[in-house]
Amino acid sequence: MMRSALGYAIVTLSAIYALFYVPQHADLTTMINGSVYASYGVLALSLALIWGFAGILSFGQAAFFGIGGYAYAIAALNFDNTTLAAAVAIAAAAFSAALLGYFMFWGRISDVYLGVITLTVSLILSRFFNQTAGDQWTIGNAPLGGFNGIPSTPIITLPGDPSNPLPPEQIYVLAIATLVICYLLCRLLLATRFGAIVVAIRENETRAELLGYDSRYYKLGVFTVAGAMAGAAGVLFANCVFVSPNMFNLQTNGQLIIWIIIGGVGTLVGPVVGCFLTLMLSNYLGTVNHSGILAWLDPNLVMGVLLTMFVLIMRKGLLPLVISGFDRMASAIGRRPAKSMTANTAVDLSQ
Amino acid sequence: MNDGGNLLQAKGLTKRFGGVVAVDNVDFAVRYGELRCLIGPNGAGKSTFFKMLSGQLKPTSGDVLLKGNSIVGLPTARIASLGVGIKTQVPSVFDGMTVRESVYLAAGRTLTSLLARKRTTETLEQMRISHLAKRLVGELAHGQRQIVELAMVVAPQPDLILLDEPAAGMTGDEVSHLANVIIDLARSGAVIVVEHDMKFIRRIAKVVTVFSQGKVLSEGPAADVLADQRVRDVYLGREAS
Repeated sequence: MMRSALGYAIVTLSAIYALFYVPQHADLTTMINGSVYASYGVLALSLALIWGFAGILSFGQAAFFGIGGYAYAIAALNFDNTTLAAAVAIAAAAFSAALLGYFMFWGRISDVYLGVITLTVSLILSRFFNQTAGDQWTIGNAPLGGFNGIPSTPIITLPGDPSNPLPPEQIYVLAIATLVICYLLCRLLLATRFGAIVVAIRENETRAELLGYDSRYYKLGVFTVAGAMAGAAGVLFANCVFVSPNMFNLQTNGQLIIWIIIGGVGTLVGPVVGCFLTLMLSNYLGTVNHSGILAWLDPNLVMGVLLTMFVLIMRKGLLPLVISGFDRMASAIGRRPAKSMTANTAVDLSQ
Repeated sequence: MNDGGNLLQAKGLTKRFGGVVAVDNVDFAVRYGELRCLIGPNGAGKSTFFKMLSGQLKPTSGDVLLKGNSIVGLPTARIASLGVGIKTQVPSVFDGMTVRESVYLAAGRTLTSLLARKRTTETLEQMRISHLAKRLVGELAHGQRQIVELAMVVAPQPDLILLDEPAAGMTGDEVSHLANVIIDLARSGAVIVVEHDMKFIRRIAKVVTVFSQGKVLSEGPAADVLADQRVRDVYLGREAS
């Protein structure tokens, strides 16, 4: 299909631009910002996968983001091997997701209750790490640091080269590469039979069960994968900012939902675009040297207005809007039949 | 084959909702190759009974045996994977998927992808919905959605097929096609149909079980049962004499 081809071309070009052009030409600040955005982008992707394709609205996906970050910091401070620490962090996040997922899915918890439980878990973790100030809260060589988090987290190195932490430029490349790899993994996962069944469960869980597919296993599987991905995002975040209880807090979780709503639920690229655009906008509005009306605008206020606008007017989000615009344009030109399919279908996984 | 060829057997099946006894100590058996219709007025307990057979409801007491093994308390997915195809009263389909994808997903539970693809094409032809293969299920008319659901039930070639009001909302042509399909299906396994439409019952049924007030009122060859005065009374809303 022409549309999928175009979609893939745009994604590929963006990846090439971010991976090869930006490191050569952009300044350090842009790359540091880019690393932070990409780490959040991976987090957004993890929620986009479970919310948009499995219908699991986790309001506390940042829990695994924080667990990944903290596990990385603690393991890196203790093992002197950041590659191993990153692996431990991703495994810890995946294991936590599997554990929480087991209780939720075997307890047949869904919808809003699932959102409340996941958010609660994330907020409990935030509270817990907030009060870990003091020497008694030290794991091996790693002080948990309470509200301040762990600023002394060792920066990741190349495997086998523990004495050379990666400079910010290479952290940027690592972050973007991780984002691209996670995106491809999601695509691949959704193209398998497992992915098709996950989408079927989102469409109609009863029917999927009546066909003999035990939805609990599939939901647990995809929830664990997304947990691992959020953990990887946490590792990146630990390397470009530092871990702190804010990784788990309400604002992180809320932002995450906003990125996905703005980008478009049921797509993978949309939430990443939503994440980047929103962060760039609030970064721009947050800088102090504006004059005129921009100086008066509070970034949070703008985010609030944006979210309200999207929920009220553009409910499907940016990407589906762009796609349907493209469809209309193309059908007006007469290159393809006017019948357009919704962006949420399993048929069309091209977004 | 256990139990003298019984594919499905219910023993003393009872369901209580608080003080109401919806199904009261029902014994029931279906053999391989049998096409059985369950009929009865509204509130007679046939849907509750049906849901206990399909695992959607857990009986208060009694047992359901599939090929001689108890299936009571098993999750619906497990019962389905033991070879039971279930069609619910309200079409339960994947609205966001195409017809072909839906049927493929159903066939794919038991088959490798190549065989599943072949089976999907066969099933679409058998159900006469090949022309709808690329349509989204959500775009179809009610009767067509019913047929799509039936295609999904049939695709994995289950031993036992449970159909809850399959003819509801179908046009005349669709109903007569459906009748032929159901008769055909019963040749390879067994089919249990819950239905209101008496015309439809007359077309397909050989053996009929009539429910009334949670119990089996009458069971036997369709012609005899439908001529039974007690059955007629129940359907007309009078007390059975």
